[in-house]
Amino acid sequence: MRIPCPYCGARDASEFAYLGDATLTRPDPAAPDADEAFHAYVYLRDNPAGAHSEWWYHSGGCRRWVKVARDTTSHAIAGAELAGGAR
Amino acid sequence: MSRLPSGGRVDRARPLSFRFDGKTYRGFAGDTLASALLANQVRLVGRSFKYHRPRGILSAGPEEPNALVELRSGDRREPNTRATVAELYDGLDAASQNRWPSLALDALSLNGLVAPFLGAGFYYKTFMWPAKFWESVYEPAIRRAAGLGRAAPGKDPDHYDKAHAFCDVLVIGAGPAGLMAALAAGRAGARVILADEDFLAGGRLNSDVARIGDEPSHAFAARTVAELASLPNVRIMTRTSVFGIYDGEYGAVERVSDHLATPAPFQPRQRLWKIAAKRAILCAGATERPIVFGGNDRPGVMLAGSARSYANRYGVAVGKSVAFFANNDSAWTSAFDMKVAGVNVTTLIDIRREVAPALAARAKALGIDVRTDTQVTGTTGQPFGGALTGLSIRTGGRNGRLAADTLAMSGGWSPSVHLTCHHGGKPVWQEDIAAFVPGRTPPGLSVAGAARGTYGLGDTLAEGARRGTEAAGDLGFAAALPDLPATEDTPAGITAFWHVQGSKGPAFVDQQNDVTAKDLGIAYKEGFRAVELMKRYTTLGMATDQGRTSNVNGLAIMAELTGASIMETGTTIFRPPYTPVSLGVLGGHHRGKDFRPTRLTPTHAWAAEQGAVFIETGPWLRAQYFPKAGETDWLTTVNREAKAVRASVGLIDVSTFGKIDLQGRDVGAFLDRVYINTFSTLAVGKARYGVMLREDGIVMDDGTTARLAPEHYVMTTTTANAAKVFQHLEFCLQVLWPELDVTLASVSEQWAQIAIAGPRARDVLARVVDTGVDVSNEGLPFMGAIERTVMGGVKARLFRLSFSGELGYEIAVPARYGEALARALMTAGEEFGITPYGIEALGVMRIEKGHVSGNELSGQTSAGDLGFGKMASTKKDYIGRVMAARPGLKDPDRPAFVGFKPVDKGQRLRAGAHFLTIGAPADMAHDEGYMTSVAHSPHLGHWIGLGLLKNGPARIGERVRAYDPVRGNDFEVEVCSPAFIDPNGERLRG
Repeated sequence: MRIPCPYCGARDASEFAYLGDATLTRPDPAAPDADEAFHAYVYLRDNPAGAHSEWWYHSGGCRRWVKVARDTTSHAIAGAELAGGAR
Repeated sequence: MSRLPSGGRVDRARPLSFRFDGKTYRGFAGDTLASALLANQVRLVGRSFKYHRPRGILSAGPEEPNALVELRSGDRREPNTRATVAELYDGLDAASQNRWPSLALDALSLNGLVAPFLGAGFYYKTFMWPAKFWESVYEPAIRRAAGLGRAAPGKDPDHYDKAHAFCDVLVIGAGPAGLMAALAAGRAGARVILADEDFLAGGRLNSDVARIGDEPSHAFAARTVAELASLPNVRIMTRTSVFGIYDGEYGAVERVSDHLATPAPFQPRQRLWKIAAKRAILCAGATERPIVFGGNDRPGVMLAGSARSYANRYGVAVGKSVAFFANNDSAWTSAFDMKVAGVNVTTLIDIRREVAPALAARAKALGIDVRTDTQVTGTTGQPFGGALTGLSIRTGGRNGRLAADTLAMSGGWSPSVHLTCHHGGKPVWQEDIAAFVPGRTPPGLSVAGAARGTYGLGDTLAEGARRGTEAAGDLGFAAALPDLPATEDTPAGITAFWHVQGSKGPAFVDQQNDVTAKDLGIAYKEGFRAVELMKRYTTLGMATDQGRTSNVNGLAIMAELTGASIMETGTTIFRPPYTPVSLGVLGGHHRGKDFRPTRLTPTHAWAAEQGAVFIETGPWLRAQYFPKAGETDWLTTVNREAKAVRASVGLIDVSTFGKIDLQGRDVGAFLDRVYINTFSTLAVGKARYGVMLREDGIVMDDGTTARLAPEHYVMTTTTANAAKVFQHLEFCLQVLWPELDVTLASVSEQWAQIAIAGPRARDVLARVVDTGVDVSNEGLPFMGAIERTVMGGVKARLFRLSFSGELGYEIAVPARYGEALARALMTAGEEFGITPYGIEALGVMRIEKGHVSGNELSGQTSAGDLGFGKMASTKKDYIGRVMAARPGLKDPDRPAFVGFKPVDKGQRLRAGAHFLTIGAPADMAHDEGYMTSVAHSPHLGHWIGLGLLKNGPARIGERVRAYDPVRGNDFEVEVCSPAFIDPNGERLRG
C-alpha cells in the first residue's frame, strides 16, 4: 500500500506507523462528565467496513502525523492531510 | 526423441555438460533442463507424489506438475524445481525425487497397486483411530511414502536481496501482447518495466512458427526487444516473475543467479522486487489443458503446444512417432509445425466429427493420418519406467489400437488470469473459447492477448499495442498506436471436451497430487461438491503447481456430475503468489544476526578492548560486564564492579537512552501536559526526574529532563521506549495541541553519554573538563545540568544525576567523541582505580537504590503503584490524569512497589515469585503480587528484591511467603523499603 504523504509524496506503507481512528477528539478534562468522555475516547472504537479516517505517523520520513482517508474494504486511499495544518 | 538437425533458439556452438541421476549428458546454451533431457531421450524423470507412478515431462513451462527435480547439491540443493523452467548451465546437477531405490525400479510404486483404496478422503477415513496414533505412527509413515524433494541439509550459502522499483507502466509478460504494449508505452516516453519469467523474451513467438510482416516470429521478437532495450525509459527484466498484486504495488522475484552454478561474487541468488506502477498490463498468455483419460500420466504423454515448443524453440523431437489427441484447432497447427520441423507426426486424433476443411487438407498434404470422432481410451507402456508404447482408441463404437511413443494432447487453453483475481475479481466463463477470462481487474491493471482469451496472433499484437497506448495516454503521455505488421492467423475452433468416458486405468486430473476423475466422483457422491470443498477433499490443485493444468478440468468434471454450468460451479480463488517463491528471497538479508541492524554504542570498540562481554538489549549491543583474568563466573565480576563504584569510581556508557531535544516558547507548558509532575517551574541549569502516563492512566516511561536555556530542554527516555515516546510526543504536539510552540528533534544518535559514579566521580570529572569549568558542589549541584567544554574544547553537557545512588555525573559529548571521552575518563581515573562496569552492575546498584526500571514499568503499573503518587501534580491536567483516577487504579489494595529481603540470608531470590500471606493457600485467589527484580547485593552481602505487593508500603517489616512453583522455591521474605542503601540520599548530594 502506498500512502500519499502531503510532505513526501506517495510512500510505501512500511514507512508509516498506524495509530487508528482520526475522528476522535481529546475530551475536555475539566468537564463534569470527563470520566465517561475519556473512557469513550480511550476505549470505544467503531470498526467500519468502508470509509475510515485514520492516523498514520510517517516515522520513516518527515515524522508528521497524517490523517488518511482509507477504505478498509479495498485499501483505496481517497486523500491525506497533515495533522494540525501545515507547519 | 533427439535433437533435430537444425532449428531452434539454442546455441549449438555452446555445448553444455550436465548430470541427471548421476549420469552425464550434453545440452546447449538456451536449453532448459527438460529440453536437454528430451534431447537425450530421457523420458522418465520422476515418481508421482502419492502412488509413485512413473512420470515424464508434461509441459514446456511454469505449469509443469511432473518433472520436478532436486537441483544442485549440498546446501544449495533445491527440491521440487521444475525441469521445464530450469535454465541449463554447464555442470548442472539434478536428481529425480520420490523414488527408492532407483527411478526405474521404485519399491513404493506398490502404492499404485493399492490405489483403489487410496482415493479421495482416504486419509481422513482411515487414520482416524486411535487419535494419538496420528502424530506418532500414521503421519510419519505417510510422510515417508508420499513426498516431494528433500530440503537442503544445511544453511543456504547464498544470499538474497530486496529492492524497490518505480514505473509508469508495468508490462507483465514479454510475448506478442507484452512486447507491443511495452513498445507503445515506451515510444510514448513512459517509464516502462517489462517483466518476463523466461530467460528469453518473446513468449510464444519463440515457440510458434509464424510470419510477422516479412520475418519469422522469433526474429520479430528479437528485433522488438532490441528496440525496447535501446529506449532509456524502458527496463527489460527477464527471469522475473510478477507473483502478486498488493494495493498498487506488484511483487516480483528476479532469479538473478539461478542459471549459474554459483552466484557471481557479491551477487544474490534471487532478488525480491516491490514494483510501484501507476498502470500495469497483464500479458501472461495462456496455459494448455490436458485431456483426462485412462493412463494420461504416462511418460510420453504431453501437452501439444509444449511438444511444438520443444521442436521450434529447442530443436528437439519429443518422440520417434508422435500422435496428437485434441478437441481444438491449435493442436493441428502444432502438429503441422512439428511435421515441417522434421518430427515424425503420425496421427491426428480429434474428438470432433468435423474440422475445418483447410486443416484436413493440410494434414493430408503433410501425410498425417487423421482420425476424427475419435477418443483415446487407454495407453500401454514399457514394463520398466512405463514410457508410452501404444494407444487404445475408440472411433464411434469401434475400438482400435495405435503405436506411438509420444502423445501430444490438447484440451484447449486457459488464460492466465491469476493476477486479475488478487483484488477479489472472479474470472468469467466464456463459452465460445471454453475458458475463464478475467472478470473485474485490480485498479490500474488491464489485460491483453491470450491472458484475456484473445488467441489470434494479429489480434494479440493489436490488443497489446492498444493497451500500451491507453496506459501511457492515461498518464498524460502522447502515445500513438504503433504500426501493426501483417500476420497469418491460424484457426482457433474448439469444442469443449474434458474427459473420456469409460477409459481404461486411472484418468488423472491433477498429476502432481495424483487426483483422478474417480476421486472427483467420490467427492461428488459424498457431498463435497462446492469447488472449495472438492478442492480440499481431493487435494485437487493444492500442489506446488497450484492446479495450472488441472483446475478447469476438475471443475468441469464436477459441473458435469452436478448438472450445473461451469459458470455456476465457479472457480476457486487465485491468491498470491502466482508462482512458488522461495522463503529465502522473502527473508532477503534479514536472517540470523542480520534480522535487524545491530546498534553499537559509541564506546563499543573501547569496551571490546577492555574485554567486555556484550549482550543484546533491544537493538543494542551493550557491555554486560567486564571480566578480569581469574574471574570465573559473572557474579564475581559484577560484585567487583558494583563494589568498586561504591568504594571509588566507575564508568558506563549510557548513550542508549533516548534523547529528545525540545525547543520553543511553550516547552515548559508542553512538558507539564505530558509528565505527571511540573516542569515549567524548572530552573535553567537544572534537571528533574519525570514520569509520563499513557492516556489510560498507566505509566508509559520515565526519565530526566534538563533545562539548558529558557526555551531549550533536553529529555531522556528509557532505552526501550525511545522511539515510542518520541512518536507519542509528536502526536501530542501535532494532533492534540498544534497551537503550542514546540519543536522536537531526536538526538539519541548525536550524543554519546557516559555516566561516572562513585565517591571519586567529581575528582575524575574535574580532570576532563576544560580550565575554568566549576564542577564543585556549588558549581554543579545535585540535579544540575550545564553546557561546558571537556578534553580541550569539545562541547559537552554535564548532568549531575545518579542511577546507582552514588555521587554521579553523566557527560554528553557529540557521538564522535564518545570513545575519546571513555579513554580520557580512564586516564583521569587511573589514580582512583576507575572501573568500567556493565549493565549487570548498573542493574544491581539500581535495585540496591530502589529505582524502578523496565521490569516495573510493565505496562500494567500506575504511578501510584510505583510510589510516584505524590509526584503527580493536582494543579494541572496531563495525559492520563483523568483515567488514572479510576477507582480500580486508586484501589489501595493494588500491588505496590516495595523491597524484599530473604529471612534466611542464604536464600537466593527469584524474579517472578508470587507473594502470599503466610499460612494462606497457594492459589490465584490469595495471590498478593510478585517479585519484579532481584540482585545479589555486594553491599549487603545477600540477595535483595523489588516487587509489587498488595498494600505493600503499609506492610514494611511484615514477613510474606515468596512462592515460585516454576523453580520449586517457597520461603519467607521480609517486606522492606525499596531503598536498600542510603535512603536519605546523602551520597548523591555529597
